[in-house]
Amino acid sequence: MGSCRTSPEVGGMGHSIKRKEDLRFLQGKGNYVDDIQLPDMVYGHIVRSPYAHARLKGINTAEALKLPGVLAVITGEDLAKANLAWMPTLFFDKQMVLATGKVLFQAQEVAFVVAEDPYIAADAAELVEVEYEELPVLVDPHKALDPGAPLLREDREQKDNHIFHWEVGDRSATDKAFEEAEVKAKVHAFFPRCHPSPLETCGCVADFSPATERLTIYLTSQAPHVHRTLFALVGGIPENNIRVISPDIGGGFGNKVPIYPGYVCAVVASLTLKRPVKWIETRSENLQSTGFARDYHMTAELAASKAGKIQAMRVKTLADHGAFNAAAQPTKFPAGLFSICTGAYDYPTAFCEVDGVYTNKAPGGIAYRCSFRVTEAAYLIERAVDVLALELKMDPVELRRKNFIAPHKFPYASPLGWSYDSGNYDAAMQVALDTIGYDALRKEQAEKREKGELMGIGVSSFVEVVGAGPSHTFDIAGIKMFDSAEIRVHPTGKAMCRMGTKSQGQGHETTYAQIVAEELGIPAADVTVEEGDTDTAPYGLGTYASRSIPVSGAATAMAARKIREKAKKIAAHLLECSEEDLEWEPGKFSVKGAPSKSKTIQDIAFAAYTNMPAGMEAGLEAVDYYDPPNLTFPFGTYICVVDIDKGTGEIKVRRFVAVDDCGNIINPMIVEGQIHGGLTEGLAIAFMQEISYDENGNMQGGTFMDYLIPTSVETPHWETGKTCTPSPHHPFGAKGVGESPNVGSPAAFVNAVVDSLSHLGVKHIDMPIAPWKVWNILKEKGVVS
Amino acid sequence: MAAKQLVQIKVNGRLREATVEPRMLLVHFIRNIPGLTGTHVGCDTTHCGACTVVLDGKTVKSCTVFAVQADGCELMTVEGLMQDGKLHPLQQGFKEEHGLQCGFCTPGMLMSSYALLKKNPNPTEEEIRWGISGNLCRCTGYQNIVKAVQFAASKMDKGAKDGQLPNIA
Repeated sequence: MGSCRTSPEVGGMGHSIKRKEDLRFLQGKGNYVDDIQLPDMVYGHIVRSPYAHARLKGINTAEALKLPGVLAVITGEDLAKANLAWMPTLFFDKQMVLATGKVLFQAQEVAFVVAEDPYIAADAAELVEVEYEELPVLVDPHKALDPGAPLLREDREQKDNHIFHWEVGDRSATDKAFEEAEVKAKVHAFFPRCHPSPLETCGCVADFSPATERLTIYLTSQAPHVHRTLFALVGGIPENNIRVISPDIGGGFGNKVPIYPGYVCAVVASLTLKRPVKWIETRSENLQSTGFARDYHMTAELAASKAGKIQAMRVKTLADHGAFNAAAQPTKFPAGLFSICTGAYDYPTAFCEVDGVYTNKAPGGIAYRCSFRVTEAAYLIERAVDVLALELKMDPVELRRKNFIAPHKFPYASPLGWSYDSGNYDAAMQVALDTIGYDALRKEQAEKREKGELMGIGVSSFVEVVGAGPSHTFDIAGIKMFDSAEIRVHPTGKAMCRMGTKSQGQGHETTYAQIVAEELGIPAADVTVEEGDTDTAPYGLGTYASRSIPVSGAATAMAARKIREKAKKIAAHLLECSEEDLEWEPGKFSVKGAPSKSKTIQDIAFAAYTNMPAGMEAGLEAVDYYDPPNLTFPFGTYICVVDIDKGTGEIKVRRFVAVDDCGNIINPMIVEGQIHGGLTEGLAIAFMQEISYDENGNMQGGTFMDYLIPTSVETPHWETGKTCTPSPHHPFGAKGVGESPNVGSPAAFVNAVVDSLSHLGVKHIDMPIAPWKVWNILKEKGVVS
Repeated sequence: MAAKQLVQIKVNGRLREATVEPRMLLVHFIRNIPGLTGTHVGCDTTHCGACTVVLDGKTVKSCTVFAVQADGCELMTVEGLMQDGKLHPLQQGFKEEHGLQCGFCTPGMLMSSYALLKKNPNPTEEEIRWGISGNLCRCTGYQNIVKAVQFAASKMDKGAKDGQLPNIA
């Protein structure tokens, strides 16, 4: 804590203070959406399609309506009368709220049953008779553009399954670099469809009050303000009559950014029945129908000199977006920030193209703990570099170090158009190598290979791009991606801070309070942070894309600095001196050269309400809407060591060292917790998880029986380390960290397994690397019989 | 629909009763009758453990028990962990060691850890990991949960030795 500017009692930046929000969660007093009980509340249940592609021939709701306790069955045709059968997605497409005409994926929403009791609602859903006529199913995205492929989206003018083609970079210069290259490496890497699966599923309580004509929606929302605006725009309800409350959120990871049909149905039902309507999805519904992530079929090529200098990168990607392009991403680029795929390396030329297609799968894809395709990008380049290292017969660490962007080159203009704010990649690499003892591990590996034993060392030196975003590039429905903070200092020197973001477990109630403590010297314990109520919080775009600290954190500092400016005027008045004679240290202004003459922030706060200078407005508060000048670029090096059981193909992660650089850190304990959690999600993606479909479009990962979440037993012990390269454009040099471990780790895991088998000629294995895949390779290579 | 039945369950030391359908899940009884919403539903298939409670001294996943099966039983939920207005050492441990983030798995984690420490007051790391292996957490990566349980074990052990801490109910 030696470098902290504040005492542990004040708890500003750098202090691992314990979390303020924990107390209620530990007592079972959290307030999640499903915990909300309102008088006269009724319950919704969705009837879903068993087919992946079928014509809807008719819906008979009579039997369901006969069941005592059933209040309504809403269908797509009902919604169509209110022009609500379809809704816009967050990315230039639309999706059905309730199906009309046909269904396009298994578990698509077909009808919404409302009953007095959730058990009755579920019973009634069984009684809704839906007649389907099955249609040919399109599962393989590689066949989506075939001439004979079934046309999925008949509603579009464009009569094929192509959503977009997007390219960035210099195609001809890249092609030329490849023609002239001494060494080339190529990898086909599929990043499987996976799902964020927060432990709390999605849901809402929609409560329209005829008495006030106001609609209150308690919502599992990572972006409550944006959702309010979208409800107003799409539903035609005056925005002042909508109040969205995101109470405690049981994990989000991107899953709770989109608006889902269930929310819209609950709102329609509440407006119709004039009663509160609760809709909470089951786990299967969550897995089958809400925002999935990834599903990128990628090919990367690297061109390099024999000496191992990378000269160019070429990327071609097929993106499977499912039935609707419900990508929840606010960039202007169809593939989001995928063009960060050139990575941590310094070379002049790259070209990247992405084609998006429709298939008969759940719509998406959302950014699962990553800034809009950064995970796919980081995985791709870190895999490709390892393949290049094999081509060059060079150690993958040596190859990375030869090509890192040097520290003096920042801000660095990447070949695909980004301006990296700051970085020192070799420093993070060095810490990781020292921590894990890289040279000794390589020696051990060589010895083990002699004995026929399999161990692998995987390295990933990722670069992220987070903190969306500068308003010139980022918006949702036109709303620029600023974010906000409002700080009110009470007469007794305590403060209330309200934010445009929304924590889902990241510890905002603690970290924002620490920013106020750092900037104003008010102890973090005296600062209450509130988020998620659109009636009271300043407008913001929400929490995802590691943007809370880069954007709202910056806004908090700026608002605090506005308060400090006013405080200075009050201090000068109280000390009867000029403002120029004052100097600030966290918590007080004192007269230069006469430190005993001082006023604390608490003295000043009281005076702001009781003894302000003539002509000054009362009060001590400020609001700031922060539009970041650039994104931030956290980075790090992760090293994974695996041991392979030849008999079973089982992979044991022996060690994993994660060295992160997220700039200046507010609360090291919370940052470390974020890294542990993200690494565990990365582990799951690398080794366990895939949302796959059979040839009829039946979803294969619809429960936690099939879609595996690692338990404490599969999860290894994580070792963390850090370097610190502050962002030069952020008010206090922070970069954001929540996503780094999920972005950076999959490549480290896969690289480690491939490394364990590379002497057998293995260059790539697609995730999830289950033991059977390894065992099959060992069998194929004659290692086991 | 089957006839409703009277169910009486002593929840955290207090008798709670209601006439419910035989198909009512215990987790819904807990959440709706006494309104103790600390016990959560996370998966429907008995995998996640967010609904873990202690039923007659044993942990159960209350989404896989019918309320009628718990008739006449003693049940403890996360709300029963605090004693005399003081956090249980496990609750303290989770806070001190940053063993929770979103808080959704936390009540179930606490109940499984509680039952583990009752059975094994000084578990090794491996025993803790197995002891909480029926509870999924998406946020923490478990490492700090393990530390939280170790914190509690050490505190309870010390308390027992000093005679300061009553043997936790």
